[in-house]
Amino acid sequence: MPLLTKARSFLRNLFSTRRVEKDLDQEIHSHLELLIEENIRAGMSPGEAARAAQIELGGAEQVKEQVREARLGNWLYSVLSDARYSLRVLRKSPGFTIVAVLTLALAIGANSVVFGVLNAMILRPLNLPREQSLYGIERVGQDDPVQSYPDYLDLRDRNQSFESLAAYRITEAGLATGESASRIFLLEVSGNYFDTLGIQPYLGRFFHASDERGPNSAPYIVLSYAFWHTRFQGDCSVVDRTVQINKHPFTVIGVAPSEFHGTLLFASPDLFLPMVNEEQIEGRNVLAARNIPWIYLALGHLKAGVTPAQAISDLNSIGSYLEKTYPKEYNQVRFSLSRPSLYDESLGSRVEAFLTGLMLLAGLILLAASANLGGLFAARAADRSREVALRLALGAKRGRILRTLFTEALLISLAGGALGLWGSVVLLHGLSAWQPLPRYPISVPVNPDANVYAVALVLALVSGLLFGVVPVRQVLRTDPYQIIKAGSTGTLGRRVTLRDLLLVVQIAICAVLVTSSIVAIRGLVRSLNSNFGFEPRNAMIVSADLGMAGYNGDKLLEMQKRMVEAMQTTPGVESVGLIDWAPLISGAYADSDVFTGETADLRPSNAAAVSFLFRISPEYFHAAHTAVLSGRTFTWHDDKAATRVAVVNREFASKIFRSPAKAIGGFFKIQDGSRIQVVGIVEDGKYKGITEDPRPAMFVPILQSPSRETILVVRSSLDPLQLTAAIRNTLRDLDRGLPSYIETWSKELDNFAFFPSHVATISLGVLGVMGAMLAVTGIFGMAAYSVSKRLKELGIRVAIGARPKEVLQAALGRAVKLLAFGSAAGLLLGILASRVLAFIVYSATPRDPLVLGGVVLAMALVGLLATWIPAQRALSIDPAILLREE
Amino acid sequence: MKPEQTTLLQGTLDMLILKSLLAGEMHGLGVSRRIQQLTQGTFSVKPGSLFPALHRMEEEGWISAFWGDSENNRRAKYYRLTKAGRKQLEAETEKWGRISWAIAQALEA
Repeated sequence: MPLLTKARSFLRNLFSTRRVEKDLDQEIHSHLELLIEENIRAGMSPGEAARAAQIELGGAEQVKEQVREARLGNWLYSVLSDARYSLRVLRKSPGFTIVAVLTLALAIGANSVVFGVLNAMILRPLNLPREQSLYGIERVGQDDPVQSYPDYLDLRDRNQSFESLAAYRITEAGLATGESASRIFLLEVSGNYFDTLGIQPYLGRFFHASDERGPNSAPYIVLSYAFWHTRFQGDCSVVDRTVQINKHPFTVIGVAPSEFHGTLLFASPDLFLPMVNEEQIEGRNVLAARNIPWIYLALGHLKAGVTPAQAISDLNSIGSYLEKTYPKEYNQVRFSLSRPSLYDESLGSRVEAFLTGLMLLAGLILLAASANLGGLFAARAADRSREVALRLALGAKRGRILRTLFTEALLISLAGGALGLWGSVVLLHGLSAWQPLPRYPISVPVNPDANVYAVALVLALVSGLLFGVVPVRQVLRTDPYQIIKAGSTGTLGRRVTLRDLLLVVQIAICAVLVTSSIVAIRGLVRSLNSNFGFEPRNAMIVSADLGMAGYNGDKLLEMQKRMVEAMQTTPGVESVGLIDWAPLISGAYADSDVFTGETADLRPSNAAAVSFLFRISPEYFHAAHTAVLSGRTFTWHDDKAATRVAVVNREFASKIFRSPAKAIGGFFKIQDGSRIQVVGIVEDGKYKGITEDPRPAMFVPILQSPSRETILVVRSSLDPLQLTAAIRNTLRDLDRGLPSYIETWSKELDNFAFFPSHVATISLGVLGVMGAMLAVTGIFGMAAYSVSKRLKELGIRVAIGARPKEVLQAALGRAVKLLAFGSAAGLLLGILASRVLAFIVYSATPRDPLVLGGVVLAMALVGLLATWIPAQRALSIDPAILLREE
Repeated sequence: MKPEQTTLLQGTLDMLILKSLLAGEMHGLGVSRRIQQLTQGTFSVKPGSLFPALHRMEEEGWISAFWGDSENNRRAKYYRLTKAGRKQLEAETEKWGRISWAIAQALEA
């Protein structure tokens, strides 16, 4: 009952404010009249009575205010009324409000976008149960986190540290439910994969370790939820249906839950298939081969109480066992643990470093924005010192005035935060839906979650408090008597103030951002024009999956030869070459240990080098425009019957044969013992990534070393669209059911090799522009404020004959000095920071006159832009008018 | 009345108001005069303390308010004790009795 009364009063106080206030007013009024009446009855004259009554009441407004303070919900009411008041004040200066809200929206938006990505990539990557104890296993000293199947079995069965150890690899295949096959991406997984991760099927069942009984014993597939919807329309009767994968029958046994996309963050597979059926997918049986690493990752949960360090030493003891048992295959086997979601530790740590760097920059931008707004708020508070003084004189408490200032700051920060968050949510959703590589199911799933919203809110509140606190001291020091008497022409401090420092920091940050974006852009432009050891312009990449179409053995070679010939006769085509994995655009590469021709003991530790291995058709170098430095290339006569031959790059020749001259005609050996003769030398190139150092590469004829991977390089100066249609026709004439993919080589390079530098350049560019905008508002605020504060002084200077140059110097000298100082500091820091960039962007170097010039120019532009309006104002001072006004 | 006394009376003001209203419904000035009378002029309650207390007690549900006419046909806001208010008065009286007895004991000792 009393609770109900209280609730009713609370609501009434909040919502029927007008009625409550009227009631109070009437009550006080009637009280006064009753007092007067009483006094008259006691014999006073009406005038005296009224006076005495007033004295006893002691100020109607004060009494009312005391009653208000005693009311239920008073705090909320006063917060609301502060908010209303602040809104009114802000509406009166829309320019200030819009600039402040937009500045914050940009800064908070940038922060929540970067945090959203960081959150999705690093903080909650796979959304699996107990993810913190899930680790992947990597061989130390390997480029990729790959193992052979027997290695995996040894690791799985001999370790003491993992609850269980699963393995997977990602690959593509052709899936047919009726006539024609379509291309799908799948995870080949170990039987215990789902059980190790601890997930349950959405529909049907998963396969288990017990389903594996040797090669090709488990013809089952589990569909991903998304694929089940797009390909099978969410049909529940799909379970137990048989489909053809690479022309082998597989039974659908279940559907994975919708939130499960496999264990690789970037890639969402269409289905999951037992690894023991590898031969049916890839056309090779490597389950027993110890020296062919093809499994991406082994991963599992550490047992309770086992630390990562203990697990590593446990794995290393298995490594020593492997070294001892198979001395021919292994040199040194050491393991490390990795987070499994980002492929491998080297990628994972790079992504993490990059995102952490971006987060830091975004944080700095927010700090700069807060500093800026703090400056603007302080300037505003100074301009309003007369109003503040008046309110103080009328009896307002300082606390109350501070509260309205804080309310203004918080209103702005919340509005900015909401706007920024809205923008970032749109951006993050767009990013999640984006598929950068049209050919592969690669995406960046960064949908925002509660964490992102919470962080944006906290950032908004913190920055609001940060810049709200700047004018506090000013208000606390306000002496109403002095200000009303003297006016607000306070002297501008000559010493270095906190505000100056903030501005310098901000300009420095801006300069860092501008420096790194110019470095990134320069690097990108240079890498677009650099020599890769082939010419991507005017060339098409045609990749055809012969494996999916069921080609094998001799039929495969014959088909590959026919494809090259058919392409060559296509009108407009200048030359055609075939390669198994084209450089810089393929996810996978073959490499091989290489031994000198005299080596007898072919154990890995005796290898002279590790070399990329490419299998090509005779015309490849011609089609790719790879310069042949000496010797010859292949012919169609370099077949199984002839001596095994290779063309190597210059790096290979100097590593194995000491000099390119000695290489021609020389022999080297590979792991399986074959002796191969070098017949030609080609220029060095980039093979796996554009930032790599020169690495040895060898090219062998496809006739001597067959491969199902078939990529045709078609050189032609025809229009790509026209050419694509012609190529498609030619392929259709060869085989109707052949799945293929056609794209220009340059576009493919953009998609693969340049992707990271594009991302880095774009994000740095965006941050750079934002930083510049912030610096402009910061300098502008400071310059405009200083000009308006010193109008009188400047007017006097003009009156006694100062020239425009001197006026500008007086008005803006300080701002320009700060700008120069901040830019220099930022440039230095930016040059240091660019070393980090060199890992992502090809040949990013800050020691480049163009970069230095660009930064100086950009900062000068920023300064010019920011001081233009204040300078105009200072120059247009008319002392006569000014002095009359004051 | 000195300000110190007001703070001293903070807890007892409620009790005095409730006690005054026990005699029947009355307006703010009435309550103020009644307290003066009850305490034989020792306490006079200023409007600045009286009205906040009245409004707070109304929100607590101890008293209820309504608009009525005074003896001279002037509209005034009247307060009357509620059931909860009676209970509160009993509780406070009992508590006050204990406290004043204890303090008296302490001072005599």
